[in-house]
Amino acid sequence: MSDVRISTHVPIILSIVAALMLSIAPMPGWADPFRPTWVVLTLIYWSLTLPNNYSVGSAWIAGLILDVAEGTLLGQHALALCLVVYVTVKFHLQLRQFPMMQLSATVFALLALYQFILFWINGVAGVNSPAVTYWGPVVTGALIWPLLNIVFVGIRQRAR
Amino acid sequence: MAAPNSNSQFGTSFSPALGFRFLLLASLSILLLIIDHRDNHLDAVRKAIGATVYPLRIVVDAPVSAWRWANETTASRNQLQLENSRLSTERLLTKARLQRYAALEAENARLREMLEATARVREQVRVAEIMSVSSDPFRHVLVIDKGTHDNVFDGQAVIDADGVVGQIIEAGVLSSQAMLISDPGHDLPVEVNRNGLRTIARGTGEFDRLDLPFLPNNADIEPGDLLVTSGRGRAFPAGYPVAIVESVTRIPQEPFAAVTATPAAALDQVREVMLIWASTPDKTEVEPAAESGDVVEEPGQAATADGEPDSSEGETHE
Repeated sequence: MSDVRISTHVPIILSIVAALMLSIAPMPGWADPFRPTWVVLTLIYWSLTLPNNYSVGSAWIAGLILDVAEGTLLGQHALALCLVVYVTVKFHLQLRQFPMMQLSATVFALLALYQFILFWINGVAGVNSPAVTYWGPVVTGALIWPLLNIVFVGIRQRAR
Repeated sequence: MAAPNSNSQFGTSFSPALGFRFLLLASLSILLLIIDHRDNHLDAVRKAIGATVYPLRIVVDAPVSAWRWANETTASRNQLQLENSRLSTERLLTKARLQRYAALEAENARLREMLEATARVREQVRVAEIMSVSSDPFRHVLVIDKGTHDNVFDGQAVIDADGVVGQIIEAGVLSSQAMLISDPGHDLPVEVNRNGLRTIARGTGEFDRLDLPFLPNNADIEPGDLLVTSGRGRAFPAGYPVAIVESVTRIPQEPFAAVTATPAAALDQVREVMLIWASTPDKTEVEPAAESGDVVEEPGQAATADGEPDSSEGETHE
């Protein structure tokens, strides 16, 4: 469990906290449907790079915090994040071989899975959530992934 | 979901544990979802996690409040003078109106006493600032900077200067979440001010539109009618303006008319909101079941603790 030093974890946890902050930061109304799901992107990256340390457990905790921050049903984001990270860790060896374009496409699929779970739970629970713009974050998330990747590689090199 | 235990193609040591952990956490999430959806037994959990989110909100909100502060401090003298004079005229007008209102209220109380009806509950009001707006565009939820520490409670009415904004859905310790009346999941019992016709105003997900889905075709309602809270249903006090009827479309085949209304409060522009506490009325006898009598709270020290002069009762009804 500890192939990485403690000091490595601090920047990683900080990046997850920063992602949480970006998810609750105030944004102009028109941009809100396109806000990338920062926490998911961050956790996909870290579970891809350090699957022994960041896996379903961290995803679940981050998801619960996200549930409270966004005022959704408790467990909704937790379940969706957990599933996405599970798939990522499960196939991390293949995913690491992917070129950037293909990885972005995979991220697109993972984000779509994430939004689908949220959408589906909303539907079952009877929470109204209309409109195709629900899927805006999937597109922006996949588009921003290559940039985010550069940032994270920077964090990682700084950390070790 | 893939079969969680087919890990043989990877020689990594964590795989079987991973599938197990995932199943465990997933079922835990589903359990949480069911419990949370059924009833509110998880309030304590929510509050505990909410306490960790609070500092994040402060940090996130810092640039916005810094910008507002900078704007205020660098406002020109001229601007300030203009605003000052505008505010003092406004205050004069409001005071004049309030005088008349006080007399009316006394008269109303006297008449009600003669009729042996229950005295209307007086309300106390306190200003709260908005910390952030829900990041989910389909949930119209605000976070305000008052919590149970300031006697905020679940279901409390939230208004602004023009009308009803929403109600508290989750009172944290130092901050609370309020659902706007425009949220698709929000229903508010209202009545038409003109004739007392009671109905339900439902949020649509748009800030500038409410639906009144349960009015029959022959209902006496027309564009321009003011809708006020009826005080039925939960803790909402009666008589606050909610919306103005915008259009009434009567469709002969359908059982209900299609009625839309525009909220009186500018829901997408609110900066400060007011919280309402029903305080003990000056007349001592109050039927607890009537009006908004079920709001039991000690607002006395809440409104006066900071010496805020903004505790007033009621609103201007047109």
